[in-house]
Parts: sequence; C-alpha cells; structure tokens
Amino acid sequence: MDNKQGKQSLISRLASSEAFLSVAASLICIVIGLLLGTVVLAIINAEHAIGDGLMVIIKSGFKSPRNMGTVLANAAPLIMTGLSVGFAFKTGLFNIGAAGQYTLGAFGALYCAIVLQLPWYLCLLAAMLLGALWGAIPGIFKAYLNINEVITAIMFNWIGLYLVNDIMYGKGQSPMYDLATTKTFSLRKVAKGSMIPSCGMSDMFGKLQSVTIAIFIAIFFAIIVYIVLSKTTFGYELKACGFNKHAAQYAGINDKRNIILSMTIAGALAGVGAGLYYLSTVAEWNPQVSTALPALGFNGISAALLACSNPIGTVFSSLFISYITVGGTKLSTQYYTKEIADVITALIIYLCAFSMLFRNRIRAMLTGKNRRVNVGKGGND
Amino acid sequence: MNDYIIEMLNITKEFPGIIANDNITLQLKKGEIHALLGENGAGKSTLMSVLFGLYQPEKGEIRKNGEVVKIKDPNDANALGIGMVHQHFKLVEVFSVLDNIILGVEPATKRLGFLQKAEARRKVMELSERYGLKVDPDALVEDITVGMQQRTEILKMLYRDNEVLIFDEPTAVLTPQEIDELMKIMKGLAAEGKSILFITHKLDEIKAVADRCTVLRKGRYIGTIDVATTSKEEMSEMMVGRKVQLVMEKQPQKLGNSVLSVQNLTVKSKKHGKALVNNVSFNVRRGEITCIAGIDGNGQSELVYALTGLMKTDSGKIYLGDKEITHMSVRERNLSGLSHIPEDRHKHGLVLDYTLENNLVLKRYFDKQFAKNGFLKFSEIRRYADGLIEKYDVRSGQGAVTAARSMSGGNQQKAIIAREIDLGNDLLIAVQPTRGLDVGAIEYIRKELLRQRDSGKAVLLVSLELDEVLEVPDRILVMYEGEIVGELDPRHTTAKELGLYMAGAQRN
Repeated sequence: MDNKQGKQSLISRLASSEAFLSVAASLICIVIGLLLGTVVLAIINAEHAIGDGLMVIIKSGFKSPRNMGTVLANAAPLIMTGLSVGFAFKTGLFNIGAAGQYTLGAFGALYCAIVLQLPWYLCLLAAMLLGALWGAIPGIFKAYLNINEVITAIMFNWIGLYLVNDIMYGKGQSPMYDLATTKTFSLRKVAKGSMIPSCGMSDMFGKLQSVTIAIFIAIFFAIIVYIVLSKTTFGYELKACGFNKHAAQYAGINDKRNIILSMTIAGALAGVGAGLYYLSTVAEWNPQVSTALPALGFNGISAALLACSNPIGTVFSSLFISYITVGGTKLSTQYYTKEIADVITALIIYLCAFSMLFRNRIRAMLTGKNRRVNVGKGGND
Repeated sequence: MNDYIIEMLNITKEFPGIIANDNITLQLKKGEIHALLGENGAGKSTLMSVLFGLYQPEKGEIRKNGEVVKIKDPNDANALGIGMVHQHFKLVEVFSVLDNIILGVEPATKRLGFLQKAEARRKVMELSERYGLKVDPDALVEDITVGMQQRTEILKMLYRDNEVLIFDEPTAVLTPQEIDELMKIMKGLAAEGKSILFITHKLDEIKAVADRCTVLRKGRYIGTIDVATTSKEEMSEMMVGRKVQLVMEKQPQKLGNSVLSVQNLTVKSKKHGKALVNNVSFNVRRGEITCIAGIDGNGQSELVYALTGLMKTDSGKIYLGDKEITHMSVRERNLSGLSHIPEDRHKHGLVLDYTLENNLVLKRYFDKQFAKNGFLKFSEIRRYADGLIEKYDVRSGQGAVTAARSMSGGNQQKAIIAREIDLGNDLLIAVQPTRGLDVGAIEYIRKELLRQRDSGKAVLLVSLELDEVLEVPDRILVMYEGEIVGELDPRHTTAKELGLYMAGAQRN
C-alpha cells in the first residue's frame, strides 16, 4: 500500500516537474527526428538507409576516441553560440547575430594569437570583447531607436564577415595570412603559446590535437549563465523584460539598459565560442573562401531551441548536434552526402515546435487523465 | 415538448488542482436574456467555454432543442448557431470592420476564390440597420472605439446567423453611455427571437435586461431565479454567500499635509503635439482620497503615466512630499514613496509568466531583504509572498508558485494591491482598481482604499465608474479634454451634475 502510494506520488511529481517534461519532450523530438531522417535516407538510397545511413550517424561518434574527440571539439563552440542565442531569448530578443559575433570573436582570437603572440586566455578575452561589441550594436539600436534587433544583427553579420575577411587577407599581405595554405597561419606552427592547453585531453582522444579543455570552459560558462539567469536579481530583471517589457518598465526596471546588456553578453558568449574553436586549432580561418557566415553561429539557434533556451540543456543539445554532425561526416560518400546530418538536425528542431504537445501528452499519460494545461485562460471567470 | 433552446446538464469540468464547474445545470429558453452571475473564479467563463467548444467537460451533456449534441470546437458551436463575444475582443486590429465580420466565412466566387465583398457588405449593413448596431464598415478596428469594436463582434455573430448569443462580461470595457446602448441592443436582439446568455457580476445590468438569472459560486450551481421578483440584495447574497455591504461606511476624515502636489503639468502627444494633459494643478493630502473622474480618454491615463514616470512631462512640476520628482525615473519615484495600481493589470501590473511570488516582489526584489550581493534570497521571497497571500487573501491553485497567468482577474488584482500597499508608501495611485471585478472583490478593494486613507496615506483614485466616484472619495476632480474642469464634493453632488462636468457642458 505504502509502496504504491510512493510510486504514485513519484509519477505525479514527475508529471508536475517542468524540467522532466522538457527533457522527455526533447528526447521524443530526437527519436522522431531520427526516424524521419531514416525515411529521408531511404528516399535517397533505400538499400543502405539503415546499415550505411542511420547506423553510421548514430554509432560513428562513439566509434573511436578520435571521433569522440571531434564531437567534443565541435561541441564546445556550439555550446557557446547556443548559450548566446538562448540568453537573448530569455530577454525576449532573437540574437540571429551570433554568427557575426562569432566572426568578430574569431578575428580577435586569431589576431592576438598570430600577430601579438599573446597567451591563450588573453586571446580568448579578446574574442569575448569583440563578440560583445558586435552584440552591443544591435542592442543599442533596439534600445534607443527601437529598430528590430534581427535586422540590425543580420546586417552586422555581413559587415563583420567582410570586414574580418578583408583584414585577415589584406590582399595577401596580412601578417595573419599564410599564402601556402590560403588560410590564416596555423597556431600549431606559429603560435603554440596561444593554443588552449589540452591538459592530457588530446592523449585521451587518439592524439587529436584539437581536443582541449575548451569543452570544460564551455560547460563552465553554461553554469555561469544558468546561475545568472535563475539566481540573481540581474537574471530576474532580464526575464521580466523578456516576458513583459511594459510590466518591467512599470516596476522601474531599466529595460533599455537590460536590452543592451543582454545583447552584449550574448555577443560575448558567441565570441568566446569562436575563441574556443580557433584557439583549439579545430580549423583555420579561410578569408578568401569564407563568403558564407560561420555555420556554428546559426547552429547555436538549433542548440538553444532544442534545449528550450535552458543553459544546462544547451550543453546536452550541443553535444548531441555535434555528435550527429560528426556521424554525418562519416557517411560513405558513395551513398550519401554529409549534409544529411543537417537535415536530421533540422527535422529535430522542427519537431521541437511540437514539444508543447509532447509535454502535455506525457503529462496526460502519467496522470492518466486528459488534462490540459490551463493556458490563455486569463481574465475573469 | 421542449421550450429550451440550449440545455447544459450536470456539467463538470476540472483543471489541475481545481474543479472549475461542479455538476452545473443551465437551461436557456428561446428568446430570453439569461444572466449568468458569479464572482471571479465562480466558473462562469469556464462553463461558457464548454458551451463554445473551447473545453471538453469531464461529465454532463449539452442539448440543443432537446437533442444531445457534441461540441468539440468553436466550429461545432458555430454550426449549431452558438456565437460568443469574448471579454477580450477577438478582432484583427489592422483589418476593417467588414473584413473582421466576414473573416472565416468570406463569400467568394466558386472557381478562383475571389472575394465577393459587395454582397457581404449588403448583408452587414442590413443587419446593422435592423438591430441598431451602428458601425463604419470601412474603418480599421484599431481606429474605432471600444463600443464599436463590440458592435463589430455582435455583427460577427449575427452575420453567421447565430441564434444563441453569449456575451462574456460585455460591459467591463464600456462607458456608461455605451452600456445603456448595449442594453438596448440586447433587448432588441431578444425581441427578434435570439436567445442571449449574459455573463456578468453587475446586478444593475441584470435588473435592467435579464429575464432569468443563474447563480454560480465557487464552481457550484446555486440556483436559477426570476429577475423581476428577486431583489439585488438577494442576488448578491446568493453570489457571495454572505450579506454584502453595497454602501461604504466612512470614518470621519483626518486631513494632513500635502503628499502629492502637481503644478501646471502638461503632457503633449508624441504623434500630433496636442496637449493630452493640459496645465493641470492639484494636490492630494494625507488622509484623503482624491478622485479623478471623467469619461475614458480625457487624459487620465496620460496624467497617471506622467505622475508615475512612464511618460515624459513637457512642462510643469510634480512634488512628492517636498521632493521634486518631475524628472525622476520610475524606480526613483517608487523608492521615494509612490505606489501605483495600474490601469491595465495584464500589461503593466503583472509579469503573467512569472509566479505569484515573483510578482509580489516585482518592485522590491533588489531590496536588502530579498537579495544579497546580487543573488536572490528565494526562501525570504517565499516567506514574504506567503505572508502577503495570507494577509490579503489572494487565492490561487498552487499558492506562491502559481503562474500569475492562471489566476482569476480578481485575485490578480488582489496580488497587485497587496504588493503596492505593502510597500508602505505615502502615496497610492489607484487607476480603475475595480475594473472588471465582482461585487465581493470590489467591496474588498474599496475598503482597502479607505483603510489607506484612514491610516493617514494619500490616495489618488482614477475611476470611470460613477458609483465609485460618488461613493469612495473625499474630493472629486473632473477631467475633460486634458483639463481639470471642476472640483466637486461627493457628499453634495449628484450623478447628473457630475455627468455635466464629464461631458464638458459645465466647468468651475
């Protein structure tokens, strides 16, 4: 009898726990996304859809230490751009400018490393500051001129990209540009002191040099963001502005200041993401080919959405996206292209739009009743 | 043989933690105006949402003309001839009146789907004339008055040939003149054979138009009465469950020094530069309730925004005590001793997606009591919130952690009042504090305002309701087109005299 009651209260506790429902809903999104992805694989090449398609995507990440290392190395910057987008979301802002802030961050990190030969943490700081600057601009426009941050941020994405490309290339004369590789100089050759230390991480993951403590730095930032948002008066103000700007003004909260701060912090987070990527030498910047904005900036939107903007959730969603992206690169090009991983991620994100529905379904299953959440029933009654 | 057009039999509807409707029966006769009376949270809106197909009841059945029907969504309701005017209108602001009326049932050519507006316009104009529902079919909804918006909603129902019309608190947003007009329209509709369900908590209106009245209390069915033979006192007792004091008893006044002093205040419109508040001067002293009366839109809102810092002033000075606050930020004013119960509790008063406790500390979360080194003290906030909830009897599903959004209007307002009064400030600005609330809540809030006055605080009340203006304050200032056109003593004035000032026909 007691046992049964205990069980019931556990179920009802779960049913009323927002955290549990969010996680469960996201997991359902992932599973259905993978299934639909398989359908896509089957449409492209039915014969190999499971064995050479889905299974490769699911298994590759764990297949070798090197693959696991790749997952971690790519997840770290993604966590940061995800945090960037999620943080702005909480304040009611859509930071589509994470890509531009990331670009500026990349420049800051690489310039300090290659030209100034500064230690890694100062390079990271530079990345953070330039990202913050690029985030602050749309924030200022929004706060003082009421110009939609999406428009400004998109324009500054491109302004940032061409500006950075131009400086890094400098008609081939830039001290950052390596004519031999047509990319920026590899830090492994010219600025070893600016690389983020590995602290034995790369040895654990098949001597992959790009595996560094970056992932821990990213997780550290996620925890900080979580604390700021949920434990501090600053986070209280930011969320109040995000939920209801008018009520925030009424309560005497300085919404202009908070909009600018929120975008600045979001920019700083994206900038750090770029720092973690380039200072871990996952890749070099290619100023001539980079006419497209860095994908990691936009993937941050996916990571944030999948995690419902929760900072801790973003760590896991980023790891997951990074994991299936790595899986995608391991697909045999004979049958599929690696972009199939993007398709699956996109499907999962798309399904996230249904997560409210899943949540209510799960709740209904747990409580055994078709109870609906009482949304939109304001007013008198 | 059945003379009921709609019957809702033994309806039960539950929400997590609350039974909104507990075995409720409502029978609507053809051609009658049937009032549904109850306090906030009594289950009126839920019951109507069940009828309109927005909620599915756990138990009970709905019959139309004696036959059991299933209403799964508003489309089903519409097909059965049931239409509803919601309390918060469901109109597309940037569409014209005509477009709003035909939205969803647009007449179009069969092949290519071109709109056939001429025909729709003819039908709308015909209906408008027949029922006396004056509208401008080409005006955009955002530009027309609330009264015309409501008439647009009614025309929407008539255009769909609905025969059962549900009005959810239709008078909450109207001026006294518009209410009279609506009452006439409703009677006209009933005379034409439409059956009307009228959700309200205003007894005068029930007396004025309704034939019968069903009373709900706390989700339960109390009874159905014949309006003509039942007194207002009896109805209010059924609704509240105890005797209600409809007339306030006031303590003798103990006037103190001036708390709020406004000198030659002018606020101009950003759009066209016209003075919305024009050279207004007055003061409010300790121990008095001063009321700003007037018809909606005569500068009261802007005056309050200027006083509370939500809008910039163009000229003039505002003093709080002997401190000038004219150019202070909202936060500085709050900390200098200004409390504000805002006009719109959803827009300004509450962060609806925050919990009740977070809303209760909305103006003092940064206080030493609730925060240390920038970190919130959650246990302190909880203790404080629980205290206020207890003291001000704020009711909600899950106490301090209830989402403000899920609370009833009356309890949302109580939460705001608790927060503002507990700031302990010298000045309380209360803007339409009883708007849209039921008798019990109104009584509570008016008593609370009087208590503030008696404890030596200054209260500035802004109200559109005549009975409130005449009953609650010690002094009435009438605003007309941005100016204060008269000062009246509520003990020596009448509704008629007040009305003349409000309409701009008289000034002193």
